[in-house]
Amino acid sequence: MRAFTYERAESAEAAVKAAAETPNARFIAGGTNLLDLMKLEIETPAHLIDVGRLPLAQIEDTAAGGLRIGSMTTNSHLAADARVRSHYPVLTQAIVAGGSAQLRNKATTGGNLLQRTRCAYFYDTSKPCNKRSPGSGCGALEGLNRNSAIFGASHACIATHPSDMAVALAALGASIETLSPSGAARAFPIIELHRLPGETPDVETHLIPGELITAVVLPPPPKGGQVYRKVRDRASYAAGLASVAVAGGNIALGAVAHKPWRAADAEAVLASGGSPADAIAAELAGASGNGRNGFKIDLVRRLAPVAIDQANRGRP
Amino acid sequence: MRTTITVNGEARALDVDPRTTLLDALRETLGLTGSKKGCDHGQCGACTVLVNGVRINSCLSLAVMHDGDEITTIEGVGTVEKLHPLQTAFLTEDAFQCGYCTPGQICSALGMLQEVAENWPSQETVDLAGKITLTDDELRERMSGNICRCSAYPQIVAAIKSYAGDAA
Repeated sequence: MRAFTYERAESAEAAVKAAAETPNARFIAGGTNLLDLMKLEIETPAHLIDVGRLPLAQIEDTAAGGLRIGSMTTNSHLAADARVRSHYPVLTQAIVAGGSAQLRNKATTGGNLLQRTRCAYFYDTSKPCNKRSPGSGCGALEGLNRNSAIFGASHACIATHPSDMAVALAALGASIETLSPSGAARAFPIIELHRLPGETPDVETHLIPGELITAVVLPPPPKGGQVYRKVRDRASYAAGLASVAVAGGNIALGAVAHKPWRAADAEAVLASGGSPADAIAAELAGASGNGRNGFKIDLVRRLAPVAIDQANRGRP
Repeated sequence: MRTTITVNGEARALDVDPRTTLLDALRETLGLTGSKKGCDHGQCGACTVLVNGVRINSCLSLAVMHDGDEITTIEGVGTVEKLHPLQTAFLTEDAFQCGYCTPGQICSALGMLQEVAENWPSQETVDLAGKITLTDDELRERMSGNICRCSAYPQIVAAIKSYAGDAA
């Protein structure tokens, strides 16, 4: 691990100020992804600003009938919250499908959103990767790309976003609240947080440098059933090959793109009375494989309609 | 960098490089080598300790992030002279071969049982609104963050069930 300096932020305002004033600074909360990457020298911050103890770990009811989840809420606490379990079961199901209990006990809501891809070429510093080392090329394009993206990829990057939680949040139509280094707060839909790779896969979100996620806001629960289904190589503690979150008429797919993939084409078919199979077929019309990941198209074709049916039957 | 953590009930003042993980502080600085370094990337669970009663991977956390925290390692769970009942259950059920993962398994199991007591769900929890029953499927899922390369899993499950049944 490269040497760095460390401070514990006393407030969110102090944290964003420190981030703006210190070159190559990073926020650290749970640290489960960042420290892993720092050990591999994929992440090499010069300064860490510990935001883990900021008073942003509450889950509050909103006036609109939803929930505001402080960004430092651990994954475990969020999944266990009684309101989430009864009104947003897709979110609990998605969270407990990710990582191990030890990781979920440390990982935070904000950090979960900002975790980085598990693409093997990103992790292997002896290989080219435009995300880790811009301009070096993409080893996955013609390499071992079994777990690469089938939606929204570019010739520069076919990595996927690894979060399960974010897929459920995308289906629920959540938004995020942030604090900018200038001190300005803003809010925007979570589906606008992550970018597609395009020519600059190293730029993963629309956050400005030093901007801190302070909360995730859930709207009132959608009408209709909810479910999260995930397919992976092991029964537990493994990244997804494909996943689907259903929340009423909203569908989001996971492990298939550089961001949680809101399946707008599928939703439109469902809204006009089409079958789940037709809906997912419409979405998959825009999918493409790169060789070894082609199976994901069939996987989604089989997985997602079953999940939609399951949600419609009202089963958890 | 100066930081103070309480380890197994004793306040310990440390002066560590910020890079020092909690695991390395425990093992290298404080000489508590019960917690094991398996993968050092949060994949194996051998480094599992309890922080303020909650199980985490001590390899994926910096010591300086734990200023003021209460850490329990296997050395604080039981001693050779006075084993914890879960340690006795591991002996009785023959729940290890090489023993390298065992401190992490035991700390993890103690944290896991507290999570069940607090009714935290897992992906094996069918009824999210109901009271959780520690079935074999629940137990195995909740312990999936602890790998045993000797594959003593059936005995580990038996040991935890034996202890949890006695404790209930």
